[in-house]
Amino acid sequence: MKNTLLAFLLLLAAALPARAQDAFVAALPGLAGNFNAQAEAVERLGALADPRAIPVLRALTDGRLLKRPDNTLVIREGTTTTDVLTGAATDAAGTEALRINNRVRVALRGALGRLQLVSPDPAERLAAAEAVFRTRSADNVPLLDAALARETVPRIRDRMAIALAASRLMASDPAAKLLGVEALGASASPEARAVLLEARAANPDILPQIEAAVAAIDRRLAVRRAAETFFQGLSLGSVLLLAALGLAVTFGVMGVINMAHGEFVMLGAYTTFIVQEACRGIPWLLPWSLPLSVPAAFLVAALCGAAMERGLIRHLYGRPLETLLMTFGVGMMIQQSVRLVFGAQNREVLSPPWMQGTLLLPFDIPVTQNRLWILAFSLVVLGLTVAAIRFTRFGLEMRAVTQKRAIASSMGIRTGRVDALTFAFGSGIAGIAGVALSQIDNVSPNLGTGYIIDSFLVVVFGGVGSLAGTLVGAFGLGLVNKILEPWAGAVLAKVFVLIAAMIFIQRRPRGLFAQKGRAAEA
Amino acid sequence: MSSGRRLYLDGVSVVFDGFRALNNLSLIVEPGELRSVIGPNGAGKTTMMDVITGKTRPTAGTVNFGDIDLTRMDEAAIANLGIGRKFQKPTVFDALTVFENMELALKAPRGPLACLRWALTGEAKSRIEQALEETGLQERAEDLAGILSHGQRQWLEIGMLLMQDPELLLVDEPVAGMTDAETEHTAALLVRIAGKRSVVVVEHDLEFVRALGRRVTVLHEGSVLSEGSIDHVQNDQRVIEVYLGR
Amino acid sequence: MSATVSPLPASRARLGLRTGLLVALLLLAAMPVLNQLPTTHPLHVSDFLVSVTGKWICYAILALSLDLAWGYAGILSLGHGAFFALGGYAMGMHLMRLIGPRGVYGHPVLPDFMVFLGYRELPWYWLGFDHFAFAMLMVVLVPGVLALVLGWLAFRSRITGVYLSIITQAMTYALMLAFFRNDMGFGGNNGFTDFKELLGQPLNTSAARSGLFYASLIALAGAFLLCSRITASKYGRVLTAIRDGENRVRFLGYNTTHHKLFAFVLSAMLAGVAGALYVPQVGIINPGEFSPANSIEAVIWVAVGGRGTLVGAILGAFTVNGLKTWLTSAAPDLWLFVLGGLFVLVTLFLPKGLIGLLKGRGA
Repeated sequence: MKNTLLAFLLLLAAALPARAQDAFVAALPGLAGNFNAQAEAVERLGALADPRAIPVLRALTDGRLLKRPDNTLVIREGTTTTDVLTGAATDAAGTEALRINNRVRVALRGALGRLQLVSPDPAERLAAAEAVFRTRSADNVPLLDAALARETVPRIRDRMAIALAASRLMASDPAAKLLGVEALGASASPEARAVLLEARAANPDILPQIEAAVAAIDRRLAVRRAAETFFQGLSLGSVLLLAALGLAVTFGVMGVINMAHGEFVMLGAYTTFIVQEACRGIPWLLPWSLPLSVPAAFLVAALCGAAMERGLIRHLYGRPLETLLMTFGVGMMIQQSVRLVFGAQNREVLSPPWMQGTLLLPFDIPVTQNRLWILAFSLVVLGLTVAAIRFTRFGLEMRAVTQKRAIASSMGIRTGRVDALTFAFGSGIAGIAGVALSQIDNVSPNLGTGYIIDSFLVVVFGGVGSLAGTLVGAFGLGLVNKILEPWAGAVLAKVFVLIAAMIFIQRRPRGLFAQKGRAAEA
Repeated sequence: MSSGRRLYLDGVSVVFDGFRALNNLSLIVEPGELRSVIGPNGAGKTTMMDVITGKTRPTAGTVNFGDIDLTRMDEAAIANLGIGRKFQKPTVFDALTVFENMELALKAPRGPLACLRWALTGEAKSRIEQALEETGLQERAEDLAGILSHGQRQWLEIGMLLMQDPELLLVDEPVAGMTDAETEHTAALLVRIAGKRSVVVVEHDLEFVRALGRRVTVLHEGSVLSEGSIDHVQNDQRVIEVYLGR
Repeated sequence: MSATVSPLPASRARLGLRTGLLVALLLLAAMPVLNQLPTTHPLHVSDFLVSVTGKWICYAILALSLDLAWGYAGILSLGHGAFFALGGYAMGMHLMRLIGPRGVYGHPVLPDFMVFLGYRELPWYWLGFDHFAFAMLMVVLVPGVLALVLGWLAFRSRITGVYLSIITQAMTYALMLAFFRNDMGFGGNNGFTDFKELLGQPLNTSAARSGLFYASLIALAGAFLLCSRITASKYGRVLTAIRDGENRVRFLGYNTTHHKLFAFVLSAMLAGVAGALYVPQVGIINPGEFSPANSIEAVIWVAVGGRGTLVGAILGAFTVNGLKTWLTSAAPDLWLFVLGGLFVLVTLFLPKGLIGLLKGRGA
């Protein structure tokens, strides 16, 4: 029972290409005939949608198609020759190259163009679909139909479907036209929209349907644009989140205003560069240099932070304005040191292969892989930060010291050590942010300067002392920025965001997630 | 007695993050009255002052001075209405001299331009000197306030309060850090002031309250627990339970 | 409490300061004259020194204005460079209008950059800048109005301390981004340059240079006297009190918003005047003047000199900029280390600045 079914299926499968193959075989002898017969055979082969015709027609174009005395065909490929029908290697003896005239040449060009729709190479098929879409002729409809039936790659299918629909629109049959309009209207393609708009003048009879189809496309395009903007906003937000997280710890939790924060980010980026250079000697390690950089950058920035807190900042506790100026000076010196050591020019940090490329989400929304990674990475870092503060002994001591220093001290917590560790922790997160930024920004000595003001705005906007606020602040600012960009331009959008943030801070000086009550007044 | 305005608090509540600092507090201070307010820590004494002087906005309730709604005004406007306040922790301006501190508090036009054009007239000068004498600070007039002792800072703060010439004085723990003699002197001063002006004194020191010898309000958990003479409240069972008995 | 300071040394120190200031003023005033001496003369002052000193005088005015806001009222503005630059741009617009048809493109009205960018006519906000008096009004009005709006919003919401600093920094940053745009009508990143004349005097003559030098010197003296008057008045003491305990001042019945606003706006106007005098002397104004680093550098002049002393601000502006001019040619790599080091040094070890050091030795 099972066997008979299998046999039947096999038969069915064999029968389908068999019909096409017959037509292919039947058309071949024409190529060996006179120019008229050749042109006719080329046209027939071109309309077959059979990929086997492609090498034959190419060979004919290049003068590599030979005929034996019995009018069967062989293809010369360098020094070897193969039989067209069997594909077996044969002897070249007694063969004669086929010649063609201009008329045949024109036919060949057209046929090959159409045949590429069934080429084994997906890139060629995609290009052919685009080409057929551009020429838009009702003659292509059967060919496209056949190619679409064979096509398995979704993206190419979409393009072919649009090309088919656009070609149908050129038909004289109103029913076919309507079919085309309907299919175009189901797409989310700006080209399809253009085709429909163009077709309005020639088809007054189906104008309402065309208008409806255009409106449908517009709706889908708007959704896609919104999704794109949304992702860009999220991406910017993730960068801001990374840059601001460390600040949320040092400024938000400790109340230390560190203007050298951006320089710690920059140090993280340079650490990434150094780790990458160190890994160059060990080829199998090179793709993993980026993950290796994360702990390295954390350590470098954390050590710098601890040194700065113990050496300088602790002498200025309770004097925020002086701390601001002093840390600015330190940042200046860090920047200049890096400039002297590494030079002022940008350093190149490569993306590992697994971070390269672009992903296409539904609705053809392009998403670069590295930005997706950074988005995920920023959330992981946020999660780890929250976990470190909530669930570790260090986090407990840190909260104790920042809330009631004297009591914490009397309970045996070494407040100085906790201060240093907390500051080192916040600075280390800045270093980690540098690793991520090295993937999307220029690694140069002034890398950090561009982020410092935005980071402060994020922290203040979200509410000082609240990591949830930092999260919302970062993505909020990122989204608003990207939403404003299309109609205001990148620079003005930034200006608007700054002004809006200023007004917001003035309306709610303690941020979105404000702490209320007496504690907040101190 | 003064023909001034009366302070009227009715149903005042202040909530911080779910914590009720004031809970349906009602209090009336008549013009010229001297009122003592006592209560354990966290009873809402300072918050009550904050509400009257505009530092804290009440969550609910009415705060009137005469027929003026204080909840709609900021600190400066309330101070200019004639409500002066002495803080628990004396806060004087360390970078200015004692005399300059007094001059700053002296009742005069408060705008920037008025301050720019300000010239010390003989009358103003004599008023300041009078207050310096009253507070025993004549000798230190030219010294920076930053180098005064704690008690002297208290006196300076009281002096500044007098300079404002307020109709209602809110005095938070005026005798903390003072010697017995100074405490007595302060009590006498406050009693003398009252009559012309209304005075509300917040104090821990029951002896001092007794020395003032006027009406006492006991606060507990943000509302009035008891009110009356010092003997009355000292014999009130509830007061003994929550405050005096401890 | 034996720390009571007897009044004698204080007044003597004040006297010494006054004399020192007067001598410095006279020395400065002599510079353009000594410049006229033959180059071989031992007292000859080089063109470079005169022009660079003219610049420093403008910086000193900026430092004074910042000291009024920070040293007295406690408003640490990290955006005073914006007021300076706006004053400079207002002056620059006047100078651009005076170029008239002498530009490269020879357009009768439009400045070169507008012709280049395809402007048809002068934008409305350029109208009136051909009049000197109007332009001078704008030099103080534009920074003043910006300070008024920003200050009103901030002070009313009781934004103080580092929050205010960050907001002012964001302000100058936003302005920098805005002025970099070509379609703002302010010459984009090239700004304004190639000025020809001012008040009928060609700018490249030594007479014009001395004129600007003396104008700046007079402005500095005037600004110093004005700030001295203000800080010596009761208003000055109100500002100091606000700096040290704003809440307490409110309970005394002062509307601190108005007082701070007055000081902040006045300070911004002074900064605008400094910028306006600066631009014709250096011959260029571009959006780089708005960069946050410029503003914060000005803060360090005041800190180095000693804030809250006025004289200190002037001293700091001359000292730090003198150091900068010398080091950026002698050891350019070192300058940023020195500047950064100054920030650390002053905040940690010299909270009262050079003036504190001088006074400390005098006592």
